[in-house]
Amino acid sequence: MTAALEFMNIALVIAFCAVAISQVLCMIRLVIGPDTGDRILALDTMVVNAIGIIVLLGIWQGTQIYFEVSMIIAMLGFVSTVAYARFKLRGDIIE
Amino acid sequence: MTLDAVLIYIAGIWLLIGAIFALVGSIGLLRFTDPMTRLHAPTKVGTVGIGALLLAGMIHAFVTGDGSIHELLIMSFLFVTAPISANFIAKVHIHRRTCETPPEPLKDKTWSTLDVPEERPKAVEAEA
Repeated sequence: MTAALEFMNIALVIAFCAVAISQVLCMIRLVIGPDTGDRILALDTMVVNAIGIIVLLGIWQGTQIYFEVSMIIAMLGFVSTVAYARFKLRGDIIE
Repeated sequence: MTLDAVLIYIAGIWLLIGAIFALVGSIGLLRFTDPMTRLHAPTKVGTVGIGALLLAGMIHAFVTGDGSIHELLIMSFLFVTAPISANFIAKVHIHRRTCETPPEPLKDKTWSTLDVPEERPKAVEAEA
């Protein structure tokens, strides 16, 4: 059991590092993105990565508290992506 | 080796799979050159990456404490909304002409089931 927990800890650290690096890569695309569509896409991916980081934090601390947080971030991320895209498409969010 | 140890190993492997998918998707988002190919990479982060991380979280919760399956709610929400937002972003690319415009469709007299050549004389006869 201790060997398994050791493996789980190493996997958690690796996963934290990988998701953090991918968040930074998305931020680079957000800054250099040649067009608005690329920036919307980078923001969408950053929201998904943020959910991943919060889930990892929940595993790390062994609590279920972060479930609501990631649920709300998922919903707001979808709504904001759709709102950005509609604003670029129609020049208006609610017609 | 007990069942708990095996389950924790499985959770760790799912964690690694999810992390690798998240990293690969973001590298693809940064490295690809065309807007439409760039759209292809991060969809893997939203489905396989987050799905594997949430699965690892569920297995870990079942082993270490009282189990929980409400991570399934986040998973199903993301799986439903990811294609919709990808479709919207593709529409933005198409309408802002930042990607290659697809070629015009071929002009043809027959289209799908309309104006099928064998049916044409019969219809004329019926009209007459």
